[in-house]
Amino acid sequence: MTDTSPALELRRVNKRFGPVHANKDISLSVDRGTIHGIIGENGAGKSTLMSIVYGFYEADSGEILVNGEACHIDNPQSSIAAGIGMVHQHFMLVDTFTVLENIVLGVEGGFRLTEGLATARHELERLEEEYALDVDVDAIVGELPVGLRQRVEILKALYRGAEILILDEPTGVLTPQEADHLFRILDTLREQGKTVILITHKLREIMAITDNVSVMRRGEMVAHVKTQDTNREQLAELMVGRSVLLQVEKQKAQPRETLVKVQNLSYLDGDGVPRLKNIDLELKAGEILGIAGVSGNGQSELLEVLGGIVPPSSGSIQYKGEELVKSKNFTARTLRKIGLGHVPEDRHRSGLILSFEANECTILGYQDSPEYNRGLRLDQSAMVKTCEQHIEKFDVRPPDPHLKASGFSGGNQQKLVLAREMEQNPDVLLVGQPTRGVDIGAIEFIHNQLIKMRDAGKAILVVSVEIDEVMSIADRIAVMFDGEIVGELDAEDATETKLGLMMAGIRETQKAEEAAV
Amino acid sequence: METFQIIVLLLDATLRVATPLVLAALAGMFSERAGVVDIGLEGKMLGAAFAAATVAAVSGSAWVGLCAGILTSLMLSSLHAYACVTHKGNQVVSGMAINIVVAGLAPTLGYAWFRMGGQTPALNGDSRFRGIVLPFAEAMRDVPIIGYIYAELISGHNIIVYMAAAAVPITAWILYRTRFGLRVRAVGENPHAVDTAGIQVDLMRYKALAVTGFLCGIAGTYLSTAHGAGFIRDMTAGKGYLALAALIFGKWKPVPTMFACLLFAFTDAVQARLQGVALPIVGEIPVQFIQALPYILTVLLLAGFVGKAHPPKAIGEPYIKER
Repeated sequence: MTDTSPALELRRVNKRFGPVHANKDISLSVDRGTIHGIIGENGAGKSTLMSIVYGFYEADSGEILVNGEACHIDNPQSSIAAGIGMVHQHFMLVDTFTVLENIVLGVEGGFRLTEGLATARHELERLEEEYALDVDVDAIVGELPVGLRQRVEILKALYRGAEILILDEPTGVLTPQEADHLFRILDTLREQGKTVILITHKLREIMAITDNVSVMRRGEMVAHVKTQDTNREQLAELMVGRSVLLQVEKQKAQPRETLVKVQNLSYLDGDGVPRLKNIDLELKAGEILGIAGVSGNGQSELLEVLGGIVPPSSGSIQYKGEELVKSKNFTARTLRKIGLGHVPEDRHRSGLILSFEANECTILGYQDSPEYNRGLRLDQSAMVKTCEQHIEKFDVRPPDPHLKASGFSGGNQQKLVLAREMEQNPDVLLVGQPTRGVDIGAIEFIHNQLIKMRDAGKAILVVSVEIDEVMSIADRIAVMFDGEIVGELDAEDATETKLGLMMAGIRETQKAEEAAV
Repeated sequence: METFQIIVLLLDATLRVATPLVLAALAGMFSERAGVVDIGLEGKMLGAAFAAATVAAVSGSAWVGLCAGILTSLMLSSLHAYACVTHKGNQVVSGMAINIVVAGLAPTLGYAWFRMGGQTPALNGDSRFRGIVLPFAEAMRDVPIIGYIYAELISGHNIIVYMAAAAVPITAWILYRTRFGLRVRAVGENPHAVDTAGIQVDLMRYKALAVTGFLCGIAGTYLSTAHGAGFIRDMTAGKGYLALAALIFGKWKPVPTMFACLLFAFTDAVQARLQGVALPIVGEIPVQFIQALPYILTVLLLAGFVGKAHPPKAIGEPYIKER
């Protein structure tokens, strides 16, 4: 091993899953003591590549070199032995275990736990101090907030002696402030000589923290650049393969009459836990209201209640002056009929039936409309015809109305759902996570469609955990925290810092008070 | 003194009835804590009971019978593992299949070999596990209360009863204080975490199911060579399911599960005692009703008193590496 050899080097790595060539001839070189970003759209093959490095999959061909020496990595154990640690997108932690138990899992140091745990506790104290990673090792992991759980994952990797740390989409579940904290930790790691590989699809993070960046597109490595020599626009273009507009172009909103008025809305879940607390909202025609917040703070429940899927525990929802709660119209089916469309946030769970063909998915929720029925039978040709129209208008690819929903990529699945709800021309549209798992190219398209609907005088509610998305398309932004609306502001006044603080539950007034003290 | 003796005798009977329940419930604990539903406890016990009785009858040794019982149960357990760990099959279906196959196969083989209507020859002497009189039991019998309890309740059981008693703290120690236990619990909660920690999920589940098979084998052997004196068709009579219920009632924890088993066993001892006894006011209670008591209690407890049980999170799900 020489000091000039890169910490990690990949040479012509290939991986196929059946007909899908997920990684094509990937070569990559990561210098020691740097933070290296790998950026690419969903499905570009980033995660597959890193799973190969971590030994979760074995490459079909190609070489992996650690510190200049060829390494045969075919399972996580050999990867750990080579000094590679990984923080997965979905944390690989046992919720019912303590932090300590989670960290020693797999490296217990002997059959009896007692001594192993004691040594680990000692070692962890040292690590926590060295890298400024403060976590209570006796806390139950399931009771920790996500930011801390992530630190547990990092500690876990460091405890195993990782010199190279791979983080897969680490900020997806964090507030901007938590993300900043994470970046400070990564900075410390870099200072201590560790090598960090950051996988992300967020340009902001790449620009904020990395030294070098590699761009992947459709399973190929398309560019390696120094972060300081590039910019967001260039990276976006490299990712998508054509130039894209990162900011949606739109006119100022012309809000008109209030279509939906929500007052004092509360909802208790099956366990009696309050999920929504006294929500007040107004949706106006010709305006997009964005709901921001870290996921799991009541946004999903808000959509489900407004969409008529679950009844609220108390409060009122008025639509065009008429009370909906407890009325016979308050079911998911009839709401659609009276002009309230709903694009569910989880297209796999409630937006589509993955084993159905595209044309069947096209009529979900509208299957009893006379348009698609001929006596007792469904009118297949009418379904296919509508589906073809949707496919054409929303540029769904491949344009095959008989393909099963599972055969489309995430972005195209989302377009199918959006087309179904938007083409019914509702007066109010509820949209959950409009672009989750959708490529940048398709994001641009979906945003434009939403703006177009707004300009046609419809009221739109967009719930999204992507703060950039809310800021770019919404006209008004409400922030949810712990089932409450913490505050509401005009999109023009919104900054990432302001929203970030609100997403962490800090109210405007509180802040003013703190400032006064 | 009369009541005191009745209570001690009742508790004595409770221990004898509880033994196979405790062993089977602990067996189920290893399996379910590792994330594999084991509805096949019943079949494994029955298979072990048959094998133990057969081998004990032929060889004349209860210990050889015990080995045969454990071996049979281990084989059935590996079959379960092969179906639902290696081949990701449905765990309930696999367990049920084992129950049905054994329920049919054991009496059929028994009939073919012994021509006794599906039973095995009656065991006696060394081919059965007999009670062990602990030191000083007889000498202490006359000491008031304690002596009687020692002689009647503590002493005089067969070796398997003591094994079951020891199995509870040993299981607790293994689950909470050893590497194996930590991994078993982890694999039942989040197999993905175990996999990324460099531990083979499938191998862990095989190991846990081997322990299940081992314990179930002892439980089954007890039924035919210690509690009873030979194999009778369907002699488990739902004890495997009862053990599973105790496991849930005990929230998948060793000591609470043991108490659940004792409770079920106690109601069984009480029902045996109450048969034919005329109670004040109601008079003699029909036997069928009394016999149903333990099962009614099970249903009531599981329906109402368990509270919120948190089963191992990954239970019932075969582990498939995501793409």
